[in-house]
Amino acid sequence: MQIYLPIAEVSANALTLLGIGGGVGLLSGMFGVGGGFLITPLLFFIGIPPAVAVATGVNQVVASSVSGVLAHLKRRTVDLRMGTVLLVGGLIGAALGIALFRYLSALGQIDLAVQLAYVVFLGIIGLLMLQEGLRAWYRASRPNAPRRRLHTHNWVHKMPFKMKFRVSGLYISVIPPIMVGILVGLLSAVMGVGGGFIMVPAMIYLLGMPTKVVIGTSLFQIIFVTAFTTVMHAVTSHSVDIILALFLILGGVVGAQVGTQVGLKLKAEQLRILLALVVLSVCSKIALDLLLRPDEFYSITIPGRH
Amino acid sequence: MARILAFLFLILGLLPAAGPARAGEIVGGLSQNRVSLTANFSGSEILIFGAIRHDGAAEEAAPFDVIIVIEGPRQPVAIWRKDRRLGIWMNVESVSMASVPSFYAVATTGPLSQILEPAEDAQYRISAAHAIRATQAVGNVDDPVLFTSALLRIRERAEQYQALDRWVYLDRDILFRANVRLPANLTEGAYTTRMYLVREGAVVHQFRTAIFVRKEGIERWLHQLAYDQPFLYGLLALLIALTAGWGASEAFRYLRH
Repeated sequence: MQIYLPIAEVSANALTLLGIGGGVGLLSGMFGVGGGFLITPLLFFIGIPPAVAVATGVNQVVASSVSGVLAHLKRRTVDLRMGTVLLVGGLIGAALGIALFRYLSALGQIDLAVQLAYVVFLGIIGLLMLQEGLRAWYRASRPNAPRRRLHTHNWVHKMPFKMKFRVSGLYISVIPPIMVGILVGLLSAVMGVGGGFIMVPAMIYLLGMPTKVVIGTSLFQIIFVTAFTTVMHAVTSHSVDIILALFLILGGVVGAQVGTQVGLKLKAEQLRILLALVVLSVCSKIALDLLLRPDEFYSITIPGRH
Repeated sequence: MARILAFLFLILGLLPAAGPARAGEIVGGLSQNRVSLTANFSGSEILIFGAIRHDGAAEEAAPFDVIIVIEGPRQPVAIWRKDRRLGIWMNVESVSMASVPSFYAVATTGPLSQILEPAEDAQYRISAAHAIRATQAVGNVDDPVLFTSALLRIRERAEQYQALDRWVYLDRDILFRANVRLPANLTEGAYTTRMYLVREGAVVHQFRTAIFVRKEGIERWLHQLAYDQPFLYGLLALLIALTAGWGASEAFRYLRH
């Protein structure tokens, strides 16, 4: 069944949209990532204009995160204090990102910037997670191997403005979480993602947070940053398509609930390897588009519209 | 269909009485002159039909041909060329055109090059290559023609520009009709429809009408809200997202217990 999308001004198949939402929602529930990093490229592939894909992808992340964050709040696996610090950075980053997005759109380079950002971030994060996951799996299969320390003390612990994060059991400077927040907010606005795929590893490896509070806390930050970004995109570029979002959300919320249950049953290291493979495959698909000689050297854009 | 037939008989009845003798006249109509973009819009088929009035003297002259042109609302475009920089294919230069048709279809009774002189084509801007007015292209590039021909090529492939040769069915040199399919990704506005009566490569007479395309129902309401009250629209998008997310979470909890 074809659905006419009033803001994107194209028709799309309703089942395709529900499928994209559902599949990505499943991953979202399993891994605690918003899923925007899959939604946005998939929307490109089915012919949604990039600006609409980014802004609507962000709106979908709000919906897929709220069900997750409520589940985590009930299980008390959210560090509200850390979440708030990350959020302050996130809002600053999102505001900068919206400005950058408009500037790059005017230059005609927004597509390239978004694709490059995807390749770089997904590539780095995917490889790191794969390496870490494989190492953990190898260690788990040899029970007498030396245990890794809870967290290592690195440069993060030498910075000023220290703060106690009781839920995470940390006493660290607020500067690193704010910087992480800014980066994630920036990515949220430019790439149409929640930023979980970069925030989760940053919280584990950089801030040294315990894994059990990482997903809930990242979702808590994501929901506010994506809410802010949605409204900002709606106001500055009129590019949020509610009808498109509705179909993605309908599929997404169901997928997310199923995913949360599946995630509880899987082992953490298997989960990490699986997510790493998903991230790397999206990354290489986008990289190939940039590196291979295109069939058509010319493209048309309509200034002032998405 | 009955209405269309009634209309045809009406114009046939009127034609002999109309005005002083000319080389020939064309009168046309549309099966619908309004297209509504609603939630389930997936394109629309429009029947274009009409009649030709002959003057008695020219009865033995060459047969008539009919050309039907549908032109969508004009809009500005930027055409970008990709090149390889540091191993990456990226946009490097562009040409902008202030006003090109968002949709363009030319339906004819025969191949356009055979039924119409190039000079006439240029004068009436009939084929898409003339309709885009390639000379309006501005940009700091070596050869703007490459860009304007890319515009034609890309839009033809996307079926936004269509050349429908032998698409118009002409019956006994009097009645003609053609079915033109409007695609799903239409831009709002007036789609001017021109019908040309052609004889021996020259335009003899023309008739103009228009199809009005606009969003309707919830699509129209949302589109207007997005542009007139963007902040409210953003909040509405948020509200829907939060309600759906929370609602699903509650529903699943209820189901599990």
